[in-house]
Amino acid sequence: MVGADPAPTKERKPPVTVQEQTIAPCPECAADVTFAQPPRLSELVECGECQVELEVVTVQPVTLAPAPEVEEDWGE
Amino acid sequence: MSEPASVAVLTSRLRVDDKRILEALERRSVAVAHVDTRTAWWPLDGGAPEWRLVLNREIGQIRAGYAARALERLGVIGVNSASAIETCADKWHTSIALRAAGLPTPRTALAATPEAALSALAAIGYPAVVKPLVGSWGRLVTTVPDPDLARTVLEYVAALPGPQAHIVYVQEYVRKPDRDIRVVVVGGEVLGAVYRYSADWRTNVARGARTERCALTDRIVELATTAAAAVGADLAGVDLVEDETGRLYVLEVNSGVEFAGFEQAYDGAVDVAGRIVDHLLARLA
Repeated sequence: MVGADPAPTKERKPPVTVQEQTIAPCPECAADVTFAQPPRLSELVECGECQVELEVVTVQPVTLAPAPEVEEDWGE
Repeated sequence: MSEPASVAVLTSRLRVDDKRILEALERRSVAVAHVDTRTAWWPLDGGAPEWRLVLNREIGQIRAGYAARALERLGVIGVNSASAIETCADKWHTSIALRAAGLPTPRTALAATPEAALSALAAIGYPAVVKPLVGSWGRLVTTVPDPDLARTVLEYVAALPGPQAHIVYVQEYVRKPDRDIRVVVVGGEVLGAVYRYSADWRTNVARGARTERCALTDRIVELATTAAAAVGADLAGVDLVEDETGRLYVLEVNSGVEFAGFEQAYDGAVDVAGRIVDHLLARLA
């Protein structure tokens, strides 16, 4: 799907912890992103719904933002 | 009050490998600071951080090198060192270090302009490979089968921004099987090796290459340990390639080695993160 999709709803939901799992909303599509273990700052995760790569920008509470784009000199 | 950190892990993106290293440090009860390079700065004089050693996992190679220089200036032990990071970040500097150590590498040349690269490619012979000096994961690495395509590729190179992009690294194309060999070296010791298979001629795991355990031979161990030492890297991912006769060449050394594909091939039999932590603690002792 390209181009004509309606803009995703960016409604902010608070993160929740259910049975050791942390769930935070994807900032792009608002889907739940689930962490099996408590996430760390700067950790990268992919939204299962929209496949956008996200970064954990705060851990208390857990909030996510789109990860930075790959730069020219990135690598091993 | 928590114990002052003796080790810092420097990152701007916490990759799965970095998480494993942090977890391994915590399992060993090492007081560790996770430093985000994007908000870090260091004075020229004084103001040394509390930690004595930094594991530099910064993904941006330029940023990693400058951070390493700044921290070494303040007396912090860098793993890897600034010199190793800078050498590995530049393919030409790496090639010089490898050849100085007497290691076999594909025939390579450096052209000062894209125009001059055509002459260099003619001398190397076709097919050949054009690589950017800086970069990883096979980005912008191009195989050129003949002068016509080389001319087109070099026109694109000439249009790239920045003077460094116009320095062209050209290399003989090694007719290899659909695989190369990644060897992980920690503290001068080879932890293992994996074949990286790919339908793409670039066999980087970041490009989806499949990994499979590679039996270590004396020659693989010798090449990998010599290559890591040649660039001064405590932690290294050494890439080897075989030609059609089975002769091995050293392609490059990665100072910020990623090891998820390696561990997958070893099915948990090699704890790379744990071995890295062992090495860090040895450097601190």
